[in-house]
Amino acid sequence: MTDFINAFKTALGLIVTLNPGLVEILFLSLKVSLSAVAIASVLGFAIGGTLAVYRFPGRGAVVAVLGALMGLPPVVAGLLVYLLLSNAGPLGVLQLLYTPTAMIIAQVVLVTPIIAALSCQACEDLLEEYDEQLRSLGASPRAIVLTLLWDGRYRLTSAVLAGFGRAIAEVGAVMIVGGNIDHVTRTMTTAIALETSKGNIALALALGIVLLATAVAVNAALMSVRRLALRLAYA
Amino acid sequence: MNKRGDLVSPMSPRLRRRTVLVALGALLLALALAPGALHADDKFIIVQSTTSIQNSGLFDHILPMFEKKTGIEVRVVAVGTGQALKNATNGDGDVVLVHSKPDEERFVAEGWGLKRHDVMYNDFVIVGPASDPAGIAALKDADEALEKIAKAETPFASRGDGSGTHRAEQKLWQDASIDAKKSSGGWYLETGSGMGATLNTAVGKHAYTLTDLGTWLSFENKGDFKVLVEGDPKLFNQYGGILVNPAKHPNVKADDGQAFVDWLISSDGQAAIASYKIDGKQLFFPNARPGA
Amino acid sequence: MLDPTHPLNGLGTAFGSARAPLPVELRALNYEASGKLVIDNANLKIETRGITAIMGPNGAGKSVLLRLMHGLIAPTGGEILWGGRQMDRELSRRQAMVFQKPVLLRRSVAANIRHALGLRGVGRKERAIRVDDALKLAALERHASTPARVLSGGEQQRLCLARALSLEPELLFLDEPTASLDPASTLAIEKLLIDAQRRSIKIIVVTHDVGQARRLAQDVIFMHHGRIIEHGYADSFFDTPRSEGARAYLAGGLVL
Repeated sequence: MTDFINAFKTALGLIVTLNPGLVEILFLSLKVSLSAVAIASVLGFAIGGTLAVYRFPGRGAVVAVLGALMGLPPVVAGLLVYLLLSNAGPLGVLQLLYTPTAMIIAQVVLVTPIIAALSCQACEDLLEEYDEQLRSLGASPRAIVLTLLWDGRYRLTSAVLAGFGRAIAEVGAVMIVGGNIDHVTRTMTTAIALETSKGNIALALALGIVLLATAVAVNAALMSVRRLALRLAYA
Repeated sequence: MNKRGDLVSPMSPRLRRRTVLVALGALLLALALAPGALHADDKFIIVQSTTSIQNSGLFDHILPMFEKKTGIEVRVVAVGTGQALKNATNGDGDVVLVHSKPDEERFVAEGWGLKRHDVMYNDFVIVGPASDPAGIAALKDADEALEKIAKAETPFASRGDGSGTHRAEQKLWQDASIDAKKSSGGWYLETGSGMGATLNTAVGKHAYTLTDLGTWLSFENKGDFKVLVEGDPKLFNQYGGILVNPAKHPNVKADDGQAFVDWLISSDGQAAIASYKIDGKQLFFPNARPGA
Repeated sequence: MLDPTHPLNGLGTAFGSARAPLPVELRALNYEASGKLVIDNANLKIETRGITAIMGPNGAGKSVLLRLMHGLIAPTGGEILWGGRQMDRELSRRQAMVFQKPVLLRRSVAANIRHALGLRGVGRKERAIRVDDALKLAALERHASTPARVLSGGEQQRLCLARALSLEPELLFLDEPTASLDPASTLAIEKLLIDAQRRSIKIIVVTHDVGQARRLAQDVIFMHHGRIIEHGYADSFFDTPRSEGARAYLAGGLVL
């Protein structure tokens, strides 16, 4: 119980004093996760829209695999990217291991299937309604994809939020490819893991509270964008 | 929401949409370009090291001294000794600083590392609940303590992760002629985690465990746990430093890495290590043999 | 079965000059879906310049026939000719279709029309002009930037029709466009159709509404069980239906 109380006190203290250490790792967490989600959104929308509209052999299998990859354990995503970026691996020459870029790549691997699968679902649902009308208008498959993505934008923001939630909260992938190096690749989640292992339960919990508050703030920001979009763009 | 018409504002929807997109883009760009998260200087080395050193806080104490002197930034990846050596074998580090002498010697013998240097030591200790159900307090002999724990079948938390501490613990069981692994899942609990996580588990489960003294002293979640056995020569915990072989991995920063190893075993480095204390207690004891 | 010596054959040119190539011709057309023959050997030649109504009980295959003619689905047998040419993608781009349930994009009223024109490759400048014209036509200028999906049912269908007309089709298909509309909205749609027909757009409309068919149609096609039972001038079809099915249908009875 004292840990709980201490955690809230510590969290408040960290925020009020704008603790530079906290600001640094919080900033890195946001930078890595937001960049990863931005990249994963572009990829995921393209993949999801394409899968919803185009018919090709093996499409069902791809959709099933994508669904399964939504549950890809972060550690596995981290390991895959580690093996690629390691100096003994095929992309070792890029010297990206233990950098924020490596963490972004790992989170892109983690988040893209989530955004792709949810976008695909959203586009498929819309397509059911739009299909004949769009084909009657003479839309090419590519134009259909773009139409569906734009008209499905509210559900796509949900997909992006789901991806962001996954990215900001995961520790396994960034730990392996980032290495949790102080001032370089230490994020909120790896710092929480480290403080826990040091037995600093209250501080770890405090960081957790700050992370949660940040996630809530980002969600609120995205939701207000979504609401704005809703008002502008004719649900 | 009103049925229609009321949603139209003076600013055209198209323009407002563009404004939102531009704002989002600017935010992302600002995040990507913002300074602070990434140190701009390229002069850095990666040290594959152990959680026991990181958790003890030693790096935070000595690395600023080295960086100030040489301008070389040291980036520490703290994992178990086994994983640290494996990562170094992949070329993902310039220096290893770990604590499992047989593994280190094999690492060098196989050509992955250059010369191995003794850097420092501290002691392993057996910690456990104050109630001490197996009655091992104040024993001078680690073998005897383990025998008592095994006989009483009181819980014992093992790292179980191939780390230096885990290797040392395995050696102790072997010396005591006890097959603890046989009771894995019973009284013998393999956490497969770092030192701190294992200590957290031990405290939660009222289990004895073997830990290095450095991590123990800096550990904040001790509960009612105490050091019960210490001082047996078998509990000696030697740390060694090795430069990764640049012939195996051309990306290894041999000069800067060697500078770090040299500094660790220099009188400056050794003094820095000796000066790290928690509550007045020294955590690591330098024992490099210059020229050796 | 269609009588090859039917009085309508060869009378198409009597309705003045028009752009739309005619006739619309079906030859031994079959469409099979999950083992069931939905369109059964349909033979048809539409040569009238006015509005053609397709009537028949539920499940007669009217909507399917419309989709086949518009190229949304491919026949499993037979062929469709338009102005003597085999139906293809290029030809279907000179057509437009309005569906029973209005399909509106999640965009503004104006953007719905604009996007449709964009998909048909209409240039930006021309698009703006046609959007304005279509809004005026549908009397929806006030709602140009209103989300299309908050319009009332009648307005939505008017928008769909205006959107279809903005494409300047030569042939327009409508699938029960007023089935769920109130009389005033239905009247508005019918006015637009009559106006479009005056501008020489060939219109083929599926309708359940006998009154509507009487008001609009020049000729009527009666379908039952996937077959075309009758095709004749509207007056003669309504006054003296030749088939048992059509008689029962027009009398408001159940058609088995």
